[in-house]
Amino acid sequence: MPESQRITLQEDLTIYHAQEQKMLLLETLAQADAVELDLSQVSEMDTAGLQLLILLKREAQKAGKKATIAAHSQAVRSVIDFCNLAAYLGDPLVIPAQETH
Amino acid sequence: MDELTSVFVQESREQLADMEAGLLRLEQDPNDADNINAIFRAAHTIKGASGVIECGFIEAFTHKVENLLDKLRNGEITVSANLATLLLGCCDHMGRLIDVLEAAQAEPPADIAAQGEDLTRQLAAYLNPEAAPPPVTEDPGQVPVVEQESPVEVSGGGVVITDGWHISVRFGPNVLRGGMDPLSFLRYLASLGEILDMETLPDAMPDADEMDPESCYLGFEIHFQTRASKADIERVFDFVRDECELRILPPSSKLSEYLQLIEELPEDSMRLGEILVRCGALTQAELEEGLRLQQESRLGRAEDSKTPPAQLGEILVEQKVVQKNLVDAAVDKQAQVSEKKARESRMIRVQADKLDKLIDLVGELVISGASTNLLATRSGQTELVEATSILSRLVEDIRNSALQLRMVQIGETFNRFHRVVRDVAKELGKNIELQISGGETELDKSVVEKIGDPLMHLVRNALDHGIEPASVRAAAGKPVQGHVALNAYHDSGSIVIEVSDDGGGLKKERILAKAIEKGLVQPGQNLSDQEIVNLIFEPGFSTMEKVSNLSGRGVGMDVVRRNIQSLRGTVDVTTQEGRGSTFTIRLPLTLAIIDGFLVGVDKSAYIIPLDTVVECIELKDQPDNQHYLNLRGEVLPFVRLRDTFGIKGADPVRENVVVVQYAGQKAGIVVDQLMGEFQTVIKPLGDIFKHLRGIGGSTILGSGEVALILDVQALVQRCAAAEENRMRNINRLLSTSPN
Repeated sequence: MPESQRITLQEDLTIYHAQEQKMLLLETLAQADAVELDLSQVSEMDTAGLQLLILLKREAQKAGKKATIAAHSQAVRSVIDFCNLAAYLGDPLVIPAQETH
Repeated sequence: MDELTSVFVQESREQLADMEAGLLRLEQDPNDADNINAIFRAAHTIKGASGVIECGFIEAFTHKVENLLDKLRNGEITVSANLATLLLGCCDHMGRLIDVLEAAQAEPPADIAAQGEDLTRQLAAYLNPEAAPPPVTEDPGQVPVVEQESPVEVSGGGVVITDGWHISVRFGPNVLRGGMDPLSFLRYLASLGEILDMETLPDAMPDADEMDPESCYLGFEIHFQTRASKADIERVFDFVRDECELRILPPSSKLSEYLQLIEELPEDSMRLGEILVRCGALTQAELEEGLRLQQESRLGRAEDSKTPPAQLGEILVEQKVVQKNLVDAAVDKQAQVSEKKARESRMIRVQADKLDKLIDLVGELVISGASTNLLATRSGQTELVEATSILSRLVEDIRNSALQLRMVQIGETFNRFHRVVRDVAKELGKNIELQISGGETELDKSVVEKIGDPLMHLVRNALDHGIEPASVRAAAGKPVQGHVALNAYHDSGSIVIEVSDDGGGLKKERILAKAIEKGLVQPGQNLSDQEIVNLIFEPGFSTMEKVSNLSGRGVGMDVVRRNIQSLRGTVDVTTQEGRGSTFTIRLPLTLAIIDGFLVGVDKSAYIIPLDTVVECIELKDQPDNQHYLNLRGEVLPFVRLRDTFGIKGADPVRENVVVVQYAGQKAGIVVDQLMGEFQTVIKPLGDIFKHLRGIGGSTILGSGEVALILDVQALVQRCAAAEENRMRNINRLLSTSPN
């Protein structure tokens, strides 16, 4: 089992992709001890996407594994901020000095 | 199906019809606020009623439609052709859902459900971009948590800054599938004021295996500061109101209300308590105090188990903590309800067969009234005659009102065609306007029901074949927009319905050529223009080379004619090449009772419908073989009933001519005696007499004798035809004799 696996999500974290993304995230988590999630390419996130992040975190915690969000896009960050979940998810939110948008 | 449901189905259909008519008007005049309100009310009524009969699928769908209409009403979105099409589609879908309900199915079959989902997505596409302010992602400077209104301003507005609203919302699992994103609502909420703190609760989310990523499991506890009213806050969640649990505690709420909130929410009390403390709604001390009080009162109740525990709601009322504006809203709502009730009480729904029964009875009343009249006249007692004449006048009034009950305006039938014209014109890529006049003309309900199909066919024909494509119209120098007109009016005892178009008209040569090809007429047969165009009503006739989706299968016009004939009506067409055609349908006004004119030939009596009678004159100095007379310089053909019906017996001293008119043609009917007006209850003749020409029915006279009702239309046509034949013979003689 590889120690850590990094996934870069290319598509938006929205309801339209939620089904496949859930599979992807959970399968990856099952195969590795730690999952690093790169969300820097995600240009949109809705409630369904947010739920997936929460789910991944919770499942990782249950299994004694680690799931971290390594990079946030500005869209992801604003949703997490808005919902006041930064502490719950527990990943450092890196705020770039200059937004590349 | 129980009674409640059947009433719902019927009323909803009516509401839908109103809604559809409104939507069609909306396209013409997008700014008519009254109209938009009417559409909204119709949808709202259907939603409310479907909730009452617990029909979830209608309620859910209608709710979404209503949301969109609400936006429209508030001017948040504007009317576009696409929006109107979508709403009309929703209207149709609601109709289909009502069909499902009527068929007593528990839920719509898969294809209808799929249509519903498709529409829901489209609705959501209109709803959401508008519901939420521009997504925060686009502008980092506009993260809604930061002040949009400065606190200084807020405090200036009289709001206690240390206190705020507490909003507790749990979104239902289907919210996301319904195309709505809870975050959009919360962002919109943020635009109303300031979210001081918000806690996201994912507690309801099940384990990974059971978790459906398309369901929504999140709940939010929000500490919110605003100058908006509770109603405004509630309105934010309008679109998901049915699918979310929403609790709003106003500022300065009692501790007990927070406790109630904690009790009612699904999550663990302690956890909730913590969350409330965290988002600043309660202080730790307050929470502890509240929980302690609650505990104590529970213990107290347990000791004194005879008194039932007081409901928190009751306590709230006692403590008068309910906000004044809530009370006002409730009073408003009650006023609306009572107003609606008053409006409804002006209308009564009656079963059609009860009405028929009434009309039957009135018919019998008329007959026995006539016999009483006759007896009174014979007895020679003036007072009795007077009394019976008053009685017969009342009977006449009763008859008229009873018939009036069955009369409906044709406008409703006409208005349905707005939609047909709109859809068909779109499909054909033509620009066509429907003009309606005479919608207030009334006719018997049973006739209205049966006229729908033939009318539909004529209108479609006019749209498809009548109106030319825009390019042809432009080339012919006509306005590009085609016109189809529906008109109705009363004319001598019948109702006339016209379907006219300003299209290309019927091409006589083609009709004639086709008729010869089909063997309907012989080559070389001499036909008048009128006869040629009426060939289109022959079975199997269609001039269209290509069969289109709409018409042209050659089964149409003869069916139209047959349907109309079965209502004792006629259909005619007049056309002008290049200018358009007009189809004229004539129908009897009523099928039950008419005013008749009683005439006698020898010993038998006949009835001529009074509406067709123009005048009566004496026939004198008339050569026996001549079948026309000079009526003030006009040639008036006539028939002698004596000859027509083969009545023997001595010629009378004096003969009278009743001049009748039908469909613009005049003719005379020669009878022996004129016996005056008579209220006539039409009794149909038996099947054996079905093919009898010239007789429309029978009735019973006051004396108990039977009188036949003349079919004036058939007689007039017979006169006209005979006259035409004769003229043709004379012409032939004239043209052949000199050579």
